[in-house]
Amino acid sequence: MTWFLVHFAQIVFYCLAAVALAGAVGVIAFRSPVHAALSLLGTFLAVAGVFVLMQAEFLAAVQVLIYAGGIMVLFLFVIMLVKARDIPDEPQYVRRLVPAAVILGVLLAALVGVGLWAASSGPPADGAALRLVAGAPLGNTEAVGWSLYRDYLLPFEVVSIVLLVAMIGAIVMGRKETGRGGAA
Amino acid sequence: MANPWVAFLLVPLVKIVVILLAVILLAAYMSFFERKVLAYMQIRIGPNRVGPRGWLQPIADALKLLVKEDIVPERAEKLVYFLGPVLVVVPALVVFSVIPFGPAFKLFGYEVTPYLTDVNIGILFILGVSSIGVYGVILGGWASNNKFSMMGGLRSAAQLVSYEVPMGLSVVTVLLMANSLSLVKIVEAQKQAGVWYVIPGIVAFFIYFVCGVAETNRNPFDLPEAESELVAGFHTEYSGMKFAFYFLAEYANMVVISSIATVLFLGGWLPPFPNWLAAVWALPALAWIPPIAWFVLKMAAFLFVYIWFRGTFPRYRFDQLMDLGWKVFIPVSLVNLMAVALGVLLIGGR
Repeated sequence: MTWFLVHFAQIVFYCLAAVALAGAVGVIAFRSPVHAALSLLGTFLAVAGVFVLMQAEFLAAVQVLIYAGGIMVLFLFVIMLVKARDIPDEPQYVRRLVPAAVILGVLLAALVGVGLWAASSGPPADGAALRLVAGAPLGNTEAVGWSLYRDYLLPFEVVSIVLLVAMIGAIVMGRKETGRGGAA
Repeated sequence: MANPWVAFLLVPLVKIVVILLAVILLAAYMSFFERKVLAYMQIRIGPNRVGPRGWLQPIADALKLLVKEDIVPERAEKLVYFLGPVLVVVPALVVFSVIPFGPAFKLFGYEVTPYLTDVNIGILFILGVSSIGVYGVILGGWASNNKFSMMGGLRSAAQLVSYEVPMGLSVVTVLLMANSLSLVKIVEAQKQAGVWYVIPGIVAFFIYFVCGVAETNRNPFDLPEAESELVAGFHTEYSGMKFAFYFLAEYANMVVISSIATVLFLGGWLPPFPNWLAAVWALPALAWIPPIAWFVLKMAAFLFVYIWFRGTFPRYRFDQLMDLGWKVFIPVSLVNLMAVALGVLLIGGR
């Protein structure tokens, strides 16, 4: 009974990790793009759960709000508009990608291995660092705000300019041609 | 509370059951209330056959939906078709776990909080969880394999994603004033400030509620299920219990929007005008009314406005809807956000 209470966080973590991995496998295993998008949604939600376990509740909420609630909805919107059910399989195209996939896979495995080694050789992470503002524990929202708007203000602003440029580009490309000659 | 199981499992479980029952009953009676109010607005009588003055009508409707045959279209995507109603009803109910219906009070020597939990990102939690509800609508529309359902699902996706932005921006103005994301702290901040945020945040309040109406697919923004164009939109093919889930979710979401509007702008469970008009109006006379009653009263007022809208406004056209969202609400709420931020900087003692 007490064993359950003590190890509650670990049990939850392994459940969430299993869901996230299963979702990730589903994204590439499902034939139907809608099913793939749904399993990606499962992964997003499970990762949000892991953020909560790490005491990073702001990141969890933003993960759900932006990725699950915004970006994936737009993906689904596009998938449904192109009627993906009718797209035939193209095995020869997939076969050409095999060498690239092998190289990428090896690189990714190396990256994960180095990450695991670095993590296991350092002190165990407890998530408390995600709540520190200038050394004092305040909360995850405050900590994210502090590091974005104080420590990393310039990169943050540069990234928002990049996003703005992308947005304007999309609008310009998506605009209907007006019959007046001019800029269109 | 020496036994950890009591604090860890029993108390939350009891609260969950109470809240769920209350919400489901409220949603059912909301449909009755809606039919009655609409009837009186149109000089009719409304449902009056089942039980005294028709009061048992929602129970009869629920029983009918429960025992009705559940028809699944032959060419539907079975799994996703089943997931649709689940994905729409679960977020609608989960959101109630953080809505504070009243302040903590003493019961048999224990301190009881009339809400399940007070997370310190409460409002973000609500926005995030309710944004999952869109999937139920889109996927239900897609999986039905019916062009009307599909159109309804697509319209809903575009509408919900568009109106989430100004809604979020108007919520941010309240966060600036309250300096917290926790719903309980937002109410307490209004108590301290001695003024409900509807007064400094009147523009945000208006935008929030109109976006809330759009987010719940209600008149005049009920395009995803516009009867005259799309049969019944995304839930055309649904019947029986699955349809009942969509129905329940729609009404539960209206209750959610009304509750959040109450918490953010009308001071939650606080009695009218804390500190403010107390000298003018003999308010201690109202002190015996429990805080939860004030909350329910304010929430009910919003629910009435929902029905009032339905009885009054014609439906928007889709391009008008998009224009309103992107070209009016987003710029206005951005300017409003700047103005409130400036005001907080100048007046607020931070």
